Amino acid sequence: MAADSAVTSVKVVVAGGFGVGKTTFVGSVSEITPLTTEAVMTPASDGLDDLSHTPDKTMTTVAMDFGRVTLDAGLILYLFGTPGQHRFWFMWDDLIHGAIGAVVLVDTRRLADSFPAVDFFESAGLPFIVAVNGFHGDFPHGIADAREALSVSPQVPVIQCDARQRSSTTYALTALVEHALAIKLRSRLTRIRQLSVRRQGSAAPGRSRGSGG
Amino acid sequence: MSVPSHDARRPAGDSRRPPLDDDELPEDDGDFLVRPYAVTRGRTEPRYQLEIEAMVVAAHYDARDLSLLSPECQAILQFCRDWQSVAEISAVLQMPLGVARILIADMTAEGLVRIHQLNHAQGGPDVELLERVLSGLRRL
Repeated sequence: MAADSAVTSVKVVVAGGFGVGKTTFVGSVSEITPLTTEAVMTPASDGLDDLSHTPDKTMTTVAMDFGRVTLDAGLILYLFGTPGQHRFWFMWDDLIHGAIGAVVLVDTRRLADSFPAVDFFESAGLPFIVAVNGFHGDFPHGIADAREALSVSPQVPVIQCDARQRSSTTYALTALVEHALAIKLRSRLTRIRQLSVRRQGSAAPGRSRGSGG
Repeated sequence: MSVPSHDARRPAGDSRRPPLDDDELPEDDGDFLVRPYAVTRGRTEPRYQLEIEAMVVAAHYDARDLSLLSPECQAILQFCRDWQSVAEISAVLQMPLGVARILIADMTAEGLVRIHQLNHAQGGPDVELLERVLSGLRRL
């Protein structure tokens, strides 16, 4: 990469319960050995605009693993593994800001570990897919079971994945980006329809609910 | 040429972190914190918001007397001869993310580095960029 021309970077978040294979996922597709960045967090920082009331800051450090994939001469994709512990969730907002979306890695033997991540991305409005991670090609429960247990919307892709295989993680990332793209296109279409409805002053908009990904 | 994304900044008070319940407050022995932020002269908020994936490159590398800079800033300049992300600067130079953000924002204001990040006001990458990401992934 020449330092003269700007490089654009995008990011994807890899989430899931502790030990589900997030770092393995990042490492299998990353062109660098996953790095760890340490964030010193200030959980007590205010949510208000009043700067005069900076509270006493309790601080802690959170380690995040990440990797990078060069997609073309001027485009780099960063993959960030979320800190698994619930107590560090306050930093997810920072992490997901501007992200393409998230891959929620699921171990079907511990499905409940993935509930918080699914809830978080749903409420944050961030596009996400569910990737059922099967080690040794072993998927004790099917995709349909996982979808039902996680009760994700029918639009959310649920796929199988082997986090150790580069082709498999690349497939998961592709599914996510396709899903995010579908959401963008749908909302663009909705806006156009609303505009045209407003202009016509009649005719209710048709529904366009395709399955993403 | 990249233009520093000043339009991507958020006001310092715009903390998007949700409030925490008391039981979620991390326990902390509280004494290691002083050192990381000593290099930022105690400031914990950057001049403007740098995304964790924002790209950074050294500017005017040969034109300055670098010996006057702090060792941390010198290290960032050395490391950013080619584009690097804020995350990589933090990880490789072993400085906490918040510290790296403050130093890089300062260095940008001083013209020592250039930064490039997307303006996320519209919420995430747009359709065109997503399509570019897709075709990149399909080539892997």
